[in-house]
Amino acid sequence: MVSANQKKITIEPVTRVEGHGKVTILLDENNKVTQARLHIVEFRGFERFVQGRPFWEVPVLVQRLCGICPVSHHLCAAKAMDVIVGADKLTPTAEKMRRLMHYGQTFQSHALHFFHLASPDLLFGFDADVAIRNVIGVAAKYPDLAVQGVMMRKYGQEIIKATAGKKIHGTGAIPGGINKNLTIAERDEFLKDIDQMMEWCRGALKIAVDYTVANLEKVAPFGSFDSNHLSIVREDGAMDLYHGNLRAIDKDGNKIIDQVDPQDYHKVITEEVRPWSYMKFPFLSELGPEKGWYRVGPLARVNVCDFIDTPEAEEARKAFMAVTDGKPNNLTMAYHWARMIELLHSGEKIKELLNDPDLQGDDLVVKGERRGEGAAIIEAPRGTLFHHYKVDENDQVTMANLIVSTTSNNEPMNLAVQKVAQDHISGVAEITEGLLNHVEVAIRAYDPCLSCATHALGQMPLTVTLEDQAGNVLDTKSTK
Amino acid sequence: MAKPKLATTSLAGCFGCHMAILDIDDRILKLVELIDFDKSPVDDIKEFTGPVDIGLIEGGCCNEENVRVLQDFRKHCKILISIGDCAINGGIPAMRNGIPLQECFDEAYTEGRLGPKVYNPEGVAPNDPELPLLLDRVYPCSEVVKIDYHLPGCPPPADTLWEALVALLTDKPVALPYELVKYD
Ligand code: SF4
Repeated sequence: MVSANQKKITIEPVTRVEGHGKVTILLDENNKVTQARLHIVEFRGFERFVQGRPFWEVPVLVQRLCGICPVSHHLCAAKAMDVIVGADKLTPTAEKMRRLMHYGQTFQSHALHFFHLASPDLLFGFDADVAIRNVIGVAAKYPDLAVQGVMMRKYGQEIIKATAGKKIHGTGAIPGGINKNLTIAERDEFLKDIDQMMEWCRGALKIAVDYTVANLEKVAPFGSFDSNHLSIVREDGAMDLYHGNLRAIDKDGNKIIDQVDPQDYHKVITEEVRPWSYMKFPFLSELGPEKGWYRVGPLARVNVCDFIDTPEAEEARKAFMAVTDGKPNNLTMAYHWARMIELLHSGEKIKELLNDPDLQGDDLVVKGERRGEGAAIIEAPRGTLFHHYKVDENDQVTMANLIVSTTSNNEPMNLAVQKVAQDHISGVAEITEGLLNHVEVAIRAYDPCLSCATHALGQMPLTVTLEDQAGNVLDTKSTK
Repeated sequence: MAKPKLATTSLAGCFGCHMAILDIDDRILKLVELIDFDKSPVDDIKEFTGPVDIGLIEGGCCNEENVRVLQDFRKHCKILISIGDCAINGGIPAMRNGIPLQECFDEAYTEGRLGPKVYNPEGVAPNDPELPLLLDRVYPCSEVVKIDYHLPGCPPPADTLWEALVALLTDKPVALPYELVKYD
């Protein structure tokens, strides 16, 4: 609540991010910031309303949480359902088609974030004129760059279409496998353009690196703080965005947990409920809510893994780690650099997969002994994503638990908002739009997806009044 | 002559319909020759700058804030279009309509949920005044304001959006072939 001598600033909606959020900043009479929060203002209720649905429907249903990375939900649900149908090892064709889908998704999502959403801040400055501080402004001033962004996103979307059947909300992954392979014609179409894509990836990485290095004085303290980091890694410690076990490290790189099986995720992670946001706050159970929160996403993944198994991205990772002498990097703005390392990695992975004849195999689905419960983890573009279901003997879902990537970054994003508000807004006499955009720049670094973070259903009870344009009351309803 | 203006918003939607707009790919560069963007999540214009020619609505209404934004769009837009099944009939989020809110609420936030235990020492669910009140169910946009056109799909194919926009901007009838009108 705002008391008499307090002022409140609201940034609503937070723009150039996916989904629905708002920021509130409370100021005292001297314009000192007393509180700054990112609120997630929407809810969906997926965990409840998928109960009773047939399990095979879930991979196509839950992706409607988030249209920006539907593939992540589609695949994570399919992986959990693999456990349910007892498909412990997929056929090479199924596994590789799904991986291609996933790297295509990461490719388009990272390109979209960098070129369409974040680049206006980096190219024009955090407080540039609102009229140009968007992708259309970028297209006018840097047409080549805008075209690259559009074409890279298109390439990733076409890969999703070829593997999932549709660019948004596809149907390719099914419990136990996949429903199509990649034709030679499709493959050749992608191979034709991959070298151009790789060239553009290198260019985008260079922009991110040069920007960070040239502006280090400004970006190093910007919304930054030490934190734990979490992601899945392969058994040998390599970065793997599609499959692996959980690892968390502290701010200095010491391992907190390592190689935790996805089925045991709920033994190491707990979610906290706070009254002012529909999005929960997860933490590592053994450290508790105060100390156990962590970052996820590109920065966390590059920090957590021991190495990257593609040569160019590994070179780029080494250069990135050298800046902090091999210790984890804790700068909020370093997310952009890390994200472009992953863009390059996705490009390399796509190329590797396209050249693999397994994609033309036609052994697509396996089955095994049916189970009643299954959990899965995938590294979505925005971070670690958890799906967990129970299914009864009628094939109906009886329990669903989803921890979406952005949820794990809830505490970090709030800290970044607080820090930027303290550093840039507190005590300033005239608070301009450009200053407020600083807050959003910090949120955007995390590339949050606020629509999929809001799957949980909220507040009760309530009275609703429905009015027409003239303000006439059409309908009033109460839930209690 | 000034270019026509386009505004977009996402209410109770997943942003997939906005992504479908971006799936017109390089035609987006042609689109910005035909129109100027006004209030939209793709730029930082947070309030309407004035009257707008076309408004695109993604998602239905699940809370009071959605209703407010939708009414604001109706007030400012000459032509208002529902894009996607969420806007047209509530879509997947409307699957909660048959379930008592309290149950959805318990499953998300209370220690008695079926899923893994949450940490909620005070036992309260999110109830801050900053959070908009939920509606009792998810409403299609056309039950709240007058909608001029509906473009179905989850999301509508990029070509559907493109064809419809170009037809409107060039004063031609919107004629969509059968393949462009579908859910999946
Ligand atoms: S219609 Fe489909 S794509 Fe569009 S917002 Fe709704 S769920 Fe997302």
